[in-house]
Amino acid sequence: MTQPVSPPRDSTHKLPPVDRLPAFRGLLGHADVRTLSLLGVLAALVLIGGITRPDEFLDTRNLQLVLTQASVIGVVTVGMTFVITSGGIDLSVGAIVALSSVWATTVATQEFGFAGILFTAVLVGVGCGLVNGLLIAYGGMVPFIATLAMLASARGLALQITDGKTQIVGVTSLLDLGERDAYVLGVPPLVMVFAVVTVCGWLILNRTTFGRRTVAVGGNAEAARLAGIDVRRQRLYLYLLSGLCCGIAAFLLIVLSGSGQNTNGNLYELDAIAAAIIGGTLLTGGRGTITGSVLGVLIFTTITNIFALNNLQSDVQQIAKGAIIVAAVLVQRRTASTT
Amino acid sequence: MPEPMSRTSRRGLLLGAAAVSTGALLAGCTSNDSQDEEPAAGGQSATDDQPGKQVTIGFAGPQADHGWLNAINDNAKRRAKKYSDVTLEITEGSNDTAAQIGQIETLINKKVDVLVVLPADGKALTQVGLKAMRAGIPVVNLDRIFNSPQAYRCWIGGDNYGMGLNAGTYIGEKLKGKSDARVVELAGLDNLELTKQRTQGFDDALKNYPNIKKVARQAADFTVESGQAKMAQLLQAQSKFDALWNHDDDQGVGALRAVEQAGRDDFLMVGGAGALSAFQAIKQDNGVLKATVLYPPTMAASAIDLARALGQGKGVGGLAEYEIPTSVTLYSAVVDKDNIERYLPTGFR
Repeated sequence: MTQPVSPPRDSTHKLPPVDRLPAFRGLLGHADVRTLSLLGVLAALVLIGGITRPDEFLDTRNLQLVLTQASVIGVVTVGMTFVITSGGIDLSVGAIVALSSVWATTVATQEFGFAGILFTAVLVGVGCGLVNGLLIAYGGMVPFIATLAMLASARGLALQITDGKTQIVGVTSLLDLGERDAYVLGVPPLVMVFAVVTVCGWLILNRTTFGRRTVAVGGNAEAARLAGIDVRRQRLYLYLLSGLCCGIAAFLLIVLSGSGQNTNGNLYELDAIAAAIIGGTLLTGGRGTITGSVLGVLIFTTITNIFALNNLQSDVQQIAKGAIIVAAVLVQRRTASTT
Repeated sequence: MPEPMSRTSRRGLLLGAAAVSTGALLAGCTSNDSQDEEPAAGGQSATDDQPGKQVTIGFAGPQADHGWLNAINDNAKRRAKKYSDVTLEITEGSNDTAAQIGQIETLINKKVDVLVVLPADGKALTQVGLKAMRAGIPVVNLDRIFNSPQAYRCWIGGDNYGMGLNAGTYIGEKLKGKSDARVVELAGLDNLELTKQRTQGFDDALKNYPNIKKVARQAADFTVESGQAKMAQLLQAQSKFDALWNHDDDQGVGALRAVEQAGRDDFLMVGGAGALSAFQAIKQDNGVLKATVLYPPTMAASAIDLARALGQGKGVGGLAEYEIPTSVTLYSAVVDKDNIERYLPTGFR
């Protein structure tokens, strides 16, 4: 240290600004410039949608549609946010969604109806998460490798189970969940599940010891260990959590599409990582924001929606999506440096 | 202990994941050109059915990792079994180009009389096709076409352009009296050539009906999930249209879910490929799906017929030619309520 050690108010440690309205702070959580800029992007998109296709975009049904389409990937992203916050990565989310969905829709499982499908989907998701967690936390494998291996084998297993065939769900009580009749006060049940997962995720990350430990492990694993955190167990739980989210997402996808297919959840890993990063979660760990991740998902879904409403072709969509990721991260860098 | 990774390895990770996932996607979407289990192929064989000289046919296909390739293998095996004069040497399928080349070379070394090859990648396997032809073994190229006409004696496969053409014509005839009719297209994976061909055929057919305008086209991924997502958007974007052409029955499962969820029934839908679920929906006739355009389901069995004729030096029964043709493109028939019974047994799962 060449500089004199300055007392507590060290500028490198960004303490949350002292707020005069604690209740307001509690409501918005980490509603910093970053979150506000994301909200700005979303607002701009809504404006674009509203201008280009006012009749179709600014329609209750469209809002329901956008939120429903955000639900599946949104639930996955909440789990992913935890993993990335802890300095890890989960490349297997899409494959776990695929495996959970096909396992839950096999004929054998469908015999047990609604509950059987839900239980199987969640169980398979948690099971895959457990394997990931054990390999990473106790097997000492790098998350990238362990989850890449899970990606390959879960997809393979999904293919083996289905034989490449689409497993159509015949349980009508399950399918009814996706119908308009099941909406409560205009909110689709799938969106409610997404909302519950988001709120739980936010509470766990920001208001519990588990959340603080997650951030600590991601910030500096060694320091966390010295501070008495069981880093290994924490990591195990985190991948379990991600697997659980994948299982829930698989269930939502089954309700949505009425079937299980081994191609389900394709490229979810990249979408979830992109949404989390855009949201402001650090890929190097130590900082994570559920609000940001969910906003990231909503931004992506809204873009897709606007593209489809304006009948843009997929090549244009892909180029624009890439450009928006770059722009969002650049804007974030700017705003982050000004805080 | 797992350590935080460097930035470069993160990038590698993303690319790696993208590569693996894309592979999985492609493997999945090939299933769209799906075929059947060949129960209907009991009809007249393309060639003279009199037993002739013994023929050994080598069959090399890609890994049967989805329904269509399963059906292809099944078709080939069953057809070969029907002929007392045919011995089928079948290799274990592989999606690895190098491995498939090796398998074909083994068949060449075994000196089979005729080869039937469904390449995992037609372009990549052209060389080994040439090699077989030079070794004096005629090759029947199934569906995915070799790069050079010298690499095969006969090609047999489906007609993607014809699928679009026939779907467009069917819709055109149904909407004939209607002024300002609007149609919508739910295409397959846009980076596949076959998707472009299907769309081209569709557009060409619609040119014959000036009263019809294609108002929207969105591409899905040949998967149920993408079919549901894209169709939900299309339904939101187009509050009113008269007909929909969906390139693939598998993504059609998702598309039909979206239609159901949106509570729409104000248009007619035509599918593609010939899945059993689509056939059943057409038969029940209680939804928007009124027809589907086939990607001909019996090509593997026909390939065995042609290979046998090649081995025995025959032509095709009923034709004046002394030799089998150079190429056979199967017909993309439209299956609707009127002829569903005939095609129902060919539906694949």
